[in-house]
Amino acid sequence: MSGAAAASLPDTGAHAPRGSRRRRRWLIILPPFLFLLLFFLIPYTFALKISVAESTISVPPFSNLFQRASDGHIAINYNFDNYDYLLTDDIYILSYIYSLKTAFFSTLICLIVGYPMAYAMARSRKSVQNVLLLIIILPFWTSFLLRIYALEGIIRENGLLNTGLLWLGLIDHPLQIMQTTPAVYLGIVYSYLPFMILPLYATLEKLDVTLLEAAGDLGSPPWRAFLDITLPLSLPGVIAGSMLTFIPAIGEFVIPSLLGGPDSLMIGRVLWDEFFGNHDWPAAAAVATAFLVLLVGPIAVYQHYRSKDAAVPL
Amino acid sequence: MTGARSLPLLTVLAFGIAFLYLPILVLIAYSFNASALVSVWGGFSTRWYGELLHNRQVLDAAALSLKIGVAASTAAVVLGTLAAVALVRFRRFPGKLLLTGMVNAPLIMPEIITGITQLLLFVSMAQMFGWPARRGFSTIVLAHIAFCMSYVTITVQSRLQSADRSLEEAAMDLGSGPVRAFVDITLPIIAPALISGWLLSFTLSLDDLVISSFVSGPGSSTLPMVIYSKVKLGVSPDMNALASLIILAVGAGVVVAGWYMRKAERDRQAAIQAAAS
Repeated sequence: MSGAAAASLPDTGAHAPRGSRRRRRWLIILPPFLFLLLFFLIPYTFALKISVAESTISVPPFSNLFQRASDGHIAINYNFDNYDYLLTDDIYILSYIYSLKTAFFSTLICLIVGYPMAYAMARSRKSVQNVLLLIIILPFWTSFLLRIYALEGIIRENGLLNTGLLWLGLIDHPLQIMQTTPAVYLGIVYSYLPFMILPLYATLEKLDVTLLEAAGDLGSPPWRAFLDITLPLSLPGVIAGSMLTFIPAIGEFVIPSLLGGPDSLMIGRVLWDEFFGNHDWPAAAAVATAFLVLLVGPIAVYQHYRSKDAAVPL
Repeated sequence: MTGARSLPLLTVLAFGIAFLYLPILVLIAYSFNASALVSVWGGFSTRWYGELLHNRQVLDAAALSLKIGVAASTAAVVLGTLAAVALVRFRRFPGKLLLTGMVNAPLIMPEIITGITQLLLFVSMAQMFGWPARRGFSTIVLAHIAFCMSYVTITVQSRLQSADRSLEEAAMDLGSGPVRAFVDITLPIIAPALISGWLLSFTLSLDDLVISSFVSGPGSSTLPMVIYSKVKLGVSPDMNALASLIILAVGAGVVVAGWYMRKAERDRQAAIQAAAS
């Protein structure tokens, strides 16, 4: 940063318009910068502040961090009880583990389902590819909440799936899918499958087929060529797709809330209940802070270094 | 690519697409079900669409959501484009790394955390400055701009990076000011990115449940909030009708916008080729 100032030093005076241009560009930088600072970054400091406050029965329901004592001194009331609470009450640790597990396995299922789909898309004719691409992208634009609601119509007790299976005689009583963990997996796969397919398709589509032909000419069986050439070359797509699925899945609230049972304790749902159910804002702020440090932090650091290595943003 | 168009692959693709679309198609079909019982087909009827028109709660929420969507996505396009210009065009400035971080972070931040922190901001601001006295339209719009902006910046950034800078420089050599050169030359080039950024922001804003739930106040329920509270109680036939309307409108919008933008791009390429030959 200081390098920029040093580099501009010889210019000053010699190029007067340049100085005014430099000033003018702050008109471009400052509006988005200040907006994000105020409405995105600064809110985290408030969350941090309130996470060490005490829960009170008032509006808003937390104690003041700074309190003016009668002698004019300002006392800072902070306590880490909320963080202690996170460690002593099992529900938080269990929900962290449950969220990690759920996001991991649903990402894996997305990969297993999405890879052959992306592969088939990349191998189809160019004109067909564009249509398929539109078909895969369309759900991405469609309301997330409504798609979960639509899925509910299929898997609920008297939904299409159970009706169909009963009619076929494959089962003699309806399967209980709603309000189970498999329903949460199904919901996440259903919602995020397009996120997995698109980056996979992008890398597979660029793959140089002549490499595969060369491997074939040299006597390599197709499965061997796939393992040695296609899979390693599509790895960036696998990583990008997995991140795009894993990251939103881990903080998911709507899916466990609508499809999951009482035991589907994903962290997003615990936060919601703490906030709207128990009105314990300090505890919710502490959960959010811990969540940020334990899960989002590592992902952000990983993304930062990976994007530096590969020279692709996010 | 040839040879690999094998049957198992195509089967997986077909099943995958069916998996993505079947629930939506079934939902649309059931929205025309005369019976109030979701499992019984009572004949074709548009009764639920009619009832929707008399549901004040839904209509008010829809109007609020549309207003929020237009305001938030318009502001997000302006701010997001400024951020993209700053990040692409200015090689170095103090705080560039921070701006990059703040633009990218909302993309990986769980909505629930963004929602909680923004509510705490608004509550603390109300304590300190007396604003916002009550939460509603304005707080939801501000919160939505903050997360929609990132998507606009990312979209515009890639378009701006591929835009030919020399055209703008030529205009400036011919005496036009930097603002004029940007408006006349660069803006038309990045226009498709602005349109898709606006559409993306609009749909994200229209669909947002979690952040809106935190930063809204009493009496300002957005459409997703109304839908969520209804759906939470179970399936209701008028929600099927509402969902079908929204899905069809958005689907048609995306197809038309996609077709229009591809046509515009083709025309532009054709014009470039005609000019070059």
